[in-house]
Amino acid sequence: MNFSRRETLALGLGAAALTVLPVRSSAAADDAIAAFTGGAEMGEGGITLTAPEIAENGNTVPIAVDAPGAASILIVAAGNPEPGVATFNFGPMAAAQSASTRIRLASTQDVVAVAKMADGSFTRASATVKVTIGGCGG
Amino acid sequence: MASGVKPRVKVPKTAAAGEVITIKTLISHQMESGQRKDKEGNVIPRSIINRFTCDFNGQNVIDVTLEPAISTNPYFQFEATVPEAGEFVFTWYDDDGSVYDTKKQIAIG
Repeated sequence: MNFSRRETLALGLGAAALTVLPVRSSAAADDAIAAFTGGAEMGEGGITLTAPEIAENGNTVPIAVDAPGAASILIVAAGNPEPGVATFNFGPMAAAQSASTRIRLASTQDVVAVAKMADGSFTRASATVKVTIGGCGG
Repeated sequence: MASGVKPRVKVPKTAAAGEVITIKTLISHQMESGQRKDKEGNVIPRSIINRFTCDFNGQNVIDVTLEPAISTNPYFQFEATVPEAGEFVFTWYDDDGSVYDTKKQIAIG
């Protein structure tokens, strides 16, 4: 198989683009978010996701979310075998739309929080967590 | 897996009317994710707590849906408003159908 100079260049460019483009979220994670938002557009801001930059143990990674005025918050870990993490629904007696918990992360990845506001709009935040030891066993 | 499940909840004993309090909950539970394998290579079936709710005098504070990515011994911290004296009810729902609950009284003072 002979490549012309033009084809070789094109192949090289394509390969470079593939490497540079970050594979940020899996299709399953996008599906989970779409199921939550119903495919609606997501804004930025109004939600804070607090997660450590580096987690030594992927079995217990402390995270906190805070979205004033949110009705519910979805947490998704795109790099886990199952991307869903938790959904917080806030009732009338909740003083603040914030919560914290501990989650499992299989590897270094982005954790995404999507909040559904009381007016039906959606907003998202994400944080990258570097995981030293993964937390899914096997 | 329903052995040795013990809920622990931290709620202040008293609060001023309308005060915002922080509640911390922890329940001892394996939270078997369904991803791990035993020595023979068989997948250990999933067994987790899939839902946690907190109510104050019958009104909902928080309702959490848990997935296998929640750590062993699920821990939650959140905030609630206390307009009057009453009772917090915390409920955890297990995959195997078990329901664990605990109650905490709070007084105005």
